[in-house]
Formats: sequence, structure tokens, C-alpha cells
Amino acid sequence: MSGIALPIGLVDGRKRRRRWPLLVLAAMAWLGLMLGIAVLADAVAPYAYTALDLRNRLAAPGATWLHPLGTDELGRDVLSRLIFSIRMSLLIAFGATIIGALIGTALGVLAAHFRGFVEQVVMALVDFSASLPFLILALAVLAFFGNSLTLFICLLGLHAWERYARIARGLVISAGAQGYAAAVRQLGASPWRIYGRHVLPNIASTLIVSMTLAFPEIILLESGLSFLGLGVQPPETSLGAMVGYGREYLTRAPWILLSPAVVIVLTTFSVSVLGDWLRDRLDPTLH
Amino acid sequence: MRKAPLLEAMGLTRRYAMRRGFLGRPVEVRAVDGVSLTLERGRTLGLVGESGCGKSTTGRLVLGLEMPDAGSVAFEGQPMPAPGTPPWRAMRARMQMVFQDPLGALDRRMAIGAQIAEPLEIHGIGARRAERMERVAALLRDVGLRPDQAVRYPHELSGGQRQRAVLARALATDPALLVCDEPISALDVSIQAQVMNLLVELQSRLGTAILFVSHDLRAVRQVSHRVAVMYLGRIVEEGEPDAVLHDPAHPYAQALVSAIPHPGRGQRRILLQGDPPNPADRPSGCAFHPRCPVAVAICAKEDPMLKPRPGDGRRVACHVAQGEVPAPSVGRSAAGLNRPAQISKAA
Repeated sequence: MSGIALPIGLVDGRKRRRRWPLLVLAAMAWLGLMLGIAVLADAVAPYAYTALDLRNRLAAPGATWLHPLGTDELGRDVLSRLIFSIRMSLLIAFGATIIGALIGTALGVLAAHFRGFVEQVVMALVDFSASLPFLILALAVLAFFGNSLTLFICLLGLHAWERYARIARGLVISAGAQGYAAAVRQLGASPWRIYGRHVLPNIASTLIVSMTLAFPEIILLESGLSFLGLGVQPPETSLGAMVGYGREYLTRAPWILLSPAVVIVLTTFSVSVLGDWLRDRLDPTLH
Repeated sequence: MRKAPLLEAMGLTRRYAMRRGFLGRPVEVRAVDGVSLTLERGRTLGLVGESGCGKSTTGRLVLGLEMPDAGSVAFEGQPMPAPGTPPWRAMRARMQMVFQDPLGALDRRMAIGAQIAEPLEIHGIGARRAERMERVAALLRDVGLRPDQAVRYPHELSGGQRQRAVLARALATDPALLVCDEPISALDVSIQAQVMNLLVELQSRLGTAILFVSHDLRAVRQVSHRVAVMYLGRIVEEGEPDAVLHDPAHPYAQALVSAIPHPGRGQRRILLQGDPPNPADRPSGCAFHPRCPVAVAICAKEDPMLKPRPGDGRRVACHVAQGEVPAPSVGRSAAGLNRPAQISKAA
């Protein structure tokens, strides 16, 4: 009963040093840098994002010391605009992802808990949301309520909620059929404890992966909407808006479009890498 | 005045609707059909029968995890509240369940110490965290685990250790009733004996009443004070384990008991004829009569009642064993129905 049952590897496992994969470290560093830039945008940016330098219009990167990443067609500093765009895009993407995940998961758990009528209503909403082209919904909402940043974030939050709702509902139902949820229920636990302490942590890995998939989508969606003039309105700027307006100068001044595009690619990739790693870390059986 | 028994179930019935095929009409399945049982404090009732006979459903009904369609459960003289209500939840501290699959019954993301502490947190036992941790350590020692194993996750424990952890969690609130639903069938034979010995030892120390649901007759005999044999949702025989499992009165119980292999003894097994029962299509009269080796005409028509047998007072539901009709075999008295008519010699 004592020493035999415990292989040495298991005993050491508890104190085993965590080796961090290089890619994860790089992703963390990049996201940290992006967050830092977003928070400190006012201090880091060399110019205001609306400041014009008409003598140096469409300057290439490195052409003058004044504008390391070049300028756009109005002579605005690309680096400064990039910094403020990162702040705006991260705010929108994180905000919308979190809103979508919260709404979707909450509705999915409610559907699975109550079943019956509540479940039918939620599932009808899910089907409705999934079958409605999001662009039309966005157009309608922005046309009726006008455009404001808060509204825009909430709107993007509605983009992927039905996915979380479906996943959460399915996982909660299957968790309820498994022993551990039934066991905790018959201990006399309240639904709050059953879902909060047992079911949600057990299904969190799938939801986190789905969040990391939705995050890049929302950045791209924001870019698309901004490009259509529905998203972030000039003079405000975002990564998507920069790509959208830079498109016209693609052949003559590709740096206007390339620098925000590179930031989008690296950020979404980092979120994916980090999400995947987080999923494994949250599962004690995979240590 | 006699004190009310710890647990008294009267005429429990549980029906399920089952649909055959894609467009089939729903068929009513009576998983449990009029089961009554009583359990005194500190005693063990063994519930045996083949799979699908309603043993586990009876266990769930008795715990109040499901509502019976008919009948009632009284625990310590109080009627069972509806599942999920606050009084029902409060009652969980007094009655607990031990599951068949210990790995499934534990949350694999939580260390077992935290899981054993959960019933204490839920029912507000132990004001401070240190107090609860002390109780967890004591519980772990009680079930034969080391207190330092509290930090382990379920997948780091062996099957027997997991079942001990489940047992520790069930005992955390010091319940008066423990329903063990096939607690040993997922374990190795050597571990089974350990867990059963542990159950007996804990019962003698804590005075917990146990409803022991199992298909393992020898396990039931080892731990039980009374045994009830179920067939197709009904109790067909009930009595002392030595009496029921040595000298069964009901033909079904006889067939069950004869299936226990005995080394060195003549391998005289009763092979049941016919198909296993289908609860959706219950035979008329005695549900066992199509497979019964001693069935007579009345068995197909009249449902036998579970009542004490005239000779020795053992409760059995069988026309033949009750002596109401003569056994069809050659001049054998029904009360001494030890060897039924058709005994096949197994190879």
C-alpha cells in the first residue's frame, strides 16, 4: 500500500520543473508587447495619429529619420497610426471575444440546465443567429442606432456567441450524464457549485480553444466592417481600417498596408498558440 | 413504541417510456414495480438480481435521486422531498451514494482532498479551513489512504484507491445511510475483498446503514444482514443471507445460487430455459413463469404476492414455494423445494 503503488516518476512529477516551449514564450512576448503598446499608446507614439506632415507625404520607411515606418497619403506617421490602431483593435477584439464567450456560454449552460422550453428558445435564437448574415445584422444595427465604439464592440460580441452556446450546451449535457456531475449533485451541491466548480472547469478547454479561434475572426471582421465604412470611423483608426484605406496605395506605398497586416497576422497567430498551450495546461491529466 | 426504521420504502414504482425504432410507439417499461423494503440503523440490506432487473433504479429511488411514479420513501420517518429542493439538498448529508465507476464519479480536475472536503463545505461542517482539512485527513486514514495522498488527482490513484476516495467523500458528512451501487464490480478481485472488508469495518465503527446493490452473490452474502432477490422490477424473495443463499425458496433464486461456482462440489447448475426477460413485455401472472422449471398452470394467470412462507416465515413470491399448489415434480413437498425438477448436469 505504501511504496509499491507510487512509481518514482509520479512522486517527482509534482515538483517537476515546467519547461516552457519557445513558441509559447515568443507568443507571450508578442502579446505582452501589444498590450503594453495599447496601454501606453499616448506615451509611445511619436506623433498624434491625426498629425499631418504634408512635406513628407507617402514617404517610404527609412526615407527620413522622422518617420521610421513611413507616412501615408496625407503625411500621417504610419508608426503612430499603427500604435493607436493596435490599441483600438485589441480593445475591440478582446472585448467582443469576451462578450461573445460570456453570453454564449451562459445561454448554453442555461439551456442545458433547464432543458425543455428554455432550451428550445435558446436553440431557436442560435439557429436564427447562425442563419442570419452577420453583415446585414451589422448594417441594420448601425443604421438604426448610429455608430459608437461601445455599440460596435457589443455588435461584434454577438458575432460568434451561437458557437459558444452550442458547444457549452452540448458539453454541459454530456457532463451531466457523466458520473462526476451526478456525484456532486447527490452530495447536495447547489447548481452554482456544480457548474462553477466542476462542469465549467471541465469544459473550459474546449471553450478556450474556440475563443482563440474567434479572436482572429473578430479582428478580420472588424477590418472588413471598417473597410466598408461601418466600423471604426475616421479619424479614429484601427488595424482593419488601416488595411482598408491603405489598399488604394498598394502598388505605390505598400508599407501603409503591410505594417498593420503583419501585426494582425502575428497577433492572431500568438493568440492561437497561447490558447492551445493554455488548453493543455488547464488539464491536470496531461501534465 | 417501536422507533421508525431508518428507511422505509412502500410500493415503489418507476416507469420509463421507451420507443422502439424510429417511429415506434412509446412502450412503457416498468423498471421497478412495487418494491417495498425497510432498512434498520446500522444494518445492511443486499439487493441482488441480474442486470436490468431494477436494482440500481431502486437504489436511486431510495436515495430520492429520482421520484417514484407510485409509492413513497420515508427516511427517519420523514417523507422524501422532491429532488433539487433545498430540503432535499440538506438531506444529502444524511444519505450518500457510492458509485460503480470511481473514476467517473470523481472530478478529474480536482485533487481528491478537495473533493472529499466538498460535502463538508456544502453542508457547512467545520467552520474553518484547517478544521475541514483535519477532517479530510481523518477520513483518508479511515478508508486506508494516507493523508498526504490528498493532493493527488484521481488519475494518479489505482482503482481501489479511487474507490476508497469515493467512500471517504461519501462518509464525510457521517451519513446514516449509504447506498452502494455495484461498488466493487469495477475492481479487481483482490481489491474487491479489501473494499468489502473496509465497508464492514466502517459500518461496525460508524453504525451506517447500507443498501448494497450487487449482482455478486458472494459479496452480498459477506456484507449483508438481509438479502432481497429482485427479478424484473420486483422482489421475489427476502430473508437472512445464509438462508436465502444456502437454501433459496424461489426458483429464480435457486437458479442464481446454483450459478455460483463451488470448487470441489458437484457442478449441478440449473440452466434457465427461455430468453432473458424483457421489461417492456412483461409475462402475465408470475413474471418468471416462462423460464421457471417448476411452473404450473396458475403461474401464468395469477401474480404471486411477496408474503411469509407458512413453514419458516421466509418472504417469497412464488405459488409453488408457498405450497399453494403442489410442485409438478415427483412427490416433492413445496416447502422443501431444494432441487427443482429440471436439473441439468453442466459439463
